[in-house]
Amino acid sequence: MATDNVATDSGATDNGAKPAAFSPAGVRVPVIQNPLFEYLLRLGDDRLILGHRMSEWCGHGPILEEDIAMSNIALDLVGHASAVLALAGTVEGRGRNEDALAYFRDGVAFRNALIVELPNGDFAFTMMRQFLFDAYSVLLWDALSQAADARVAALAAKSLKEDKYHVRHSSEWVVRLGDGTDESHARAQQALDALWRYTGELFDHDAVDDAVAAHGIIVDHVALKARWLGIVDDVLQRATLVKPTDGPMRRGGRAGRHTEHLGHLLSEMQIVARSHPGAAW
Amino acid sequence: MSETSLTNDAVFAVLNTVMDPEVPVISVVELGIIRDVRVEQDTVYVTVTPTYSGCPAMHEIEADIRTALLAHGARAVIVNTVFAPAWTTDWIGPEAREKLRAYGIAPPGRAEPQGLITLTRARAAVACPFCGSHDTRLQSEFGSTACKAIHVCNACRQPFDEFKAF
Repeated sequence: MATDNVATDSGATDNGAKPAAFSPAGVRVPVIQNPLFEYLLRLGDDRLILGHRMSEWCGHGPILEEDIAMSNIALDLVGHASAVLALAGTVEGRGRNEDALAYFRDGVAFRNALIVELPNGDFAFTMMRQFLFDAYSVLLWDALSQAADARVAALAAKSLKEDKYHVRHSSEWVVRLGDGTDESHARAQQALDALWRYTGELFDHDAVDDAVAAHGIIVDHVALKARWLGIVDDVLQRATLVKPTDGPMRRGGRAGRHTEHLGHLLSEMQIVARSHPGAAW
Repeated sequence: MSETSLTNDAVFAVLNTVMDPEVPVISVVELGIIRDVRVEQDTVYVTVTPTYSGCPAMHEIEADIRTALLAHGARAVIVNTVFAPAWTTDWIGPEAREKLRAYGIAPPGRAEPQGLITLTRARAAVACPFCGSHDTRLQSEFGSTACKAIHVCNACRQPFDEFKAF
């Protein structure tokens, strides 16, 4: 189940960024050389890591249809990640393709939000996390489908169609579990309570978001969060679940400061590619 | 002899023989994923769009397209992928839909524009491809491949795939 341990800031990076500079006030100000690349890594890594988590259910789903659904969703997410990371590699211009970015970066170079790397826990935790992310993801793709960068807009419009299926699936499960038995209700509420502190990071707005506005990628995170809360409130009400009160939020993934769980995930995800570099089949 | 005689029409004729590996009764042309074809000297450029982002069959399809065209006189084949406009099942024509039905897969309905979040799928029941009954129920929106949903016919008790409207 989720832990609150967040790795300490190592400052190391192989994304081509210079080490962080310090402003006179002592506030850490990262130097962003290629904000569009950085932005695309965030977008791609969220989906790669969540897709990998979902794929861990393959062969372990509670019923056959659900096992198939989870594997389908995992494939979609990895597909989105693949397209986004391929574009990231092009934008970076250092000859790295999507496989190089997925399999040959270390944890500190990953830019996913912490919520997607948390272990799956039970089915309620997996589905609650999926719902919280899916609702955010459809809104984000919807916003990005208006991006002036045609490459980003095309990927967003494409991915949005698939994510609509995902959010319907995960929200139906949240309602079914929350408004189900005492056991399923308790587990769904427990999952929601544990996950809530990881939701804030999804709506953080920083210098990278400011900088990609030059590429016509303009996402109003305040408005996005308001729309997200509208969806979440509606589903939680149907599910007879109680939305947790906002407390301190866990963050760090966007800057490469991850939980201990990411390293374990990567060791499994990357081992074949690293053991047999260049292998094709 | 050495001149490539492939015209655009000839390329399409070849592509019409390249079947979707997951649904081997309709071709990649009928599926609507061939967006453009261009022949320049000995090289054939084919622009495809993916059905679903994570569909593993896309790699297979690209290899099949290349193999088929090389076997029919192309010296080189370059397959490009585009994401916009996003593929929709509305590009599957009436004849291909009938082939799907005859194969035991309910053809897709119209891909209605839907809101961002639709909690329950409000749409008419899908007709059973085996007995034609509309007394069917949706079992899961995710099926044996990314493009299919699973239904069960209450009349003839047969579970069946639907090529989902997308």
